[in-house]
Amino acid sequence: MAASTDPAEVPVLGPGQTYATVTDKITGVILTKETPKGWLVGFGIAFLIVMLMLFSLTVLFAKGVGVWGLNNTVAWGFAIVNFVWWVGIGHAGTLISAILLLFRQEWRNSINRFAEAMTIFAVANAGLFPIIHTGRPWLAYWLLPYPSMFQLWPQFRSPLLWDVFAITTYVTISLLFWYVGLIPDFATLRDMGENKVVRRIYGIFALGWRGAARHWAQYSRASLLLAALATPLVVSVHSVVSFDFAVSSVPGWHTTFLPPYFVSGAIFSGFAMVMTLAIPIRKFYHMEDYITDRHLENMAKVMLATGLIVFYAYIMEVFFAWYSGNEYEQFMIYNRMTGPYAPYYWALIFFNGVVPQLLWLKKVRRTPWILFLISIGVNIGMWLERFIIVVTSLHREYLPSTWAYYAGTFWDWSLYIGTLGFFFALIFLFLRVLPMINMFEMKELVHHLSHRGKEH
Amino acid sequence: MSESVYGLIAKFDTPEEVVEATRRAREAGYRKMEAYTPFPIEELAEILEFKPKIQYLVFIGGVLGAITGFALQYYASVIAYPLIIGGRPFNSWPAFIVVIFELTILFAGIAAVFGMLGLNGFPHPYHPVFNAKDFNLVSRDKFFLVIESSDPRFDKERTRAFLESLNPEEVTEVQP
Repeated sequence: MAASTDPAEVPVLGPGQTYATVTDKITGVILTKETPKGWLVGFGIAFLIVMLMLFSLTVLFAKGVGVWGLNNTVAWGFAIVNFVWWVGIGHAGTLISAILLLFRQEWRNSINRFAEAMTIFAVANAGLFPIIHTGRPWLAYWLLPYPSMFQLWPQFRSPLLWDVFAITTYVTISLLFWYVGLIPDFATLRDMGENKVVRRIYGIFALGWRGAARHWAQYSRASLLLAALATPLVVSVHSVVSFDFAVSSVPGWHTTFLPPYFVSGAIFSGFAMVMTLAIPIRKFYHMEDYITDRHLENMAKVMLATGLIVFYAYIMEVFFAWYSGNEYEQFMIYNRMTGPYAPYYWALIFFNGVVPQLLWLKKVRRTPWILFLISIGVNIGMWLERFIIVVTSLHREYLPSTWAYYAGTFWDWSLYIGTLGFFFALIFLFLRVLPMINMFEMKELVHHLSHRGKEH
Repeated sequence: MSESVYGLIAKFDTPEEVVEATRRAREAGYRKMEAYTPFPIEELAEILEFKPKIQYLVFIGGVLGAITGFALQYYASVIAYPLIIGGRPFNSWPAFIVVIFELTILFAGIAAVFGMLGLNGFPHPYHPVFNAKDFNLVSRDKFFLVIESSDPRFDKERTRAFLESLNPEEVTEVQP
């Protein structure tokens, strides 16, 4: 808080903003008949890629998981890599909306809404992969505990089942948290809309919100409690994801530091994705007064901090392989660094370990296009990290007679790229019909900043 | 004829004014009143002596979630489908902690959201205050104070004069 009163700092809000300008600017994007051409082009491209995803899924369902590059040795391929990657991206949204709320970081107010949207869309993609990876996705409900006619029950000692509970809880809580945050903004859209149908639709979602002081008190308390619940939840979700690996006895997976390593990697990749989205969006919609250079700089700092934790974990992986004296662990690291996947490994070290060191420089943190490039690099690096974790440990395990090589086929890649299209298509739809910035929290920010001005 | 209206509404331009007006109305003895604002203002709930109760529901939700989580796993692993896995006891509770934790969060979160909606009486599509003039600005940039006609001290003329003295932009009637 002290930093924001420092006159040398860029403020978290552009000059001359009032309650009315905030409302009009943000609702203006939605309550207009003119859809920007750039939006149509962007959504069109994303939609075409969604078609690629649907096509890939159709081929997969018709022919089975044999269309993927999986083999007997490497039974976990792209599906698990993509699953972990997408869940990780989702985590930044919850971090921004919940943890930064608890720490009363005001700069979160303008980015939390679309970071939460990003969470939900990313987790939707993540949830797809384990289901289709089962091979018979129409039987996915077997994962749930219910009194079935087979008289079978799920195995509650398995991390894979813990995952089912963790992800389901995470999706539900994220969706509820997002909706609760939207209720007062739906009321604003209801009140600001000129078209009767538009008013009616937003009115239904607003549930009759009228901004009563007693309602706000109950509402604020509930939001705070939800944030307090979501904070341990987000840490638990990626920890549980890491248990899928750590509880097994595969070299490279069976380590105790995997949960913190995964959680910090998730936040690292999630902030990179928020940055990848925020920089073009704020430029396209002229939101520089709301998503200021200060926001980008703060996000860059979080990326630098989590990136250093991740880099530390890479070093510790090597150290413990040596220190354990276990020859399988040692071979795993040696194979990672010099084996058939060595280029992937060194690329990941470059993108996640070396390039983010540029963020030490204030000049880099203040230059959006460099940040944009770094964030894309981190997205790629984090995908490679999961690929390396999954594939290099499996493809040369204990018995040399089982060794094999793994590579994604066309259908692996097309499905992965298809989910990216799905993600961006949902983001485009979100930008068009829902307020991309939380309006009532921005007005609260205007109120607080005006008070702070008077105290000086 | 004070029964024919829902109440009187005063419109203010700043949050400071509505807070001050609510405080003065409280001091003047009015109880059946409500302030309407575009964003949460903590002082208002304090002045109205309103204390949110949602936390009790969240606690109950969390406890129920934990009990459900353990009961579900105990029933499945000990009673309905006992299976020896790695020589562990059927009731291998340390392995159950994760699901207990997730269900605790899930139930508490659902209690927080639906409890908040329920305590606030949502969905509530019709409310007399929506009839008030300019009330659509409550979600944009205006602040309102309503004194309801059900208040024992409510008198159309005197209450209007009182509200006028609070320096509002406008005082109007709210039709029921």
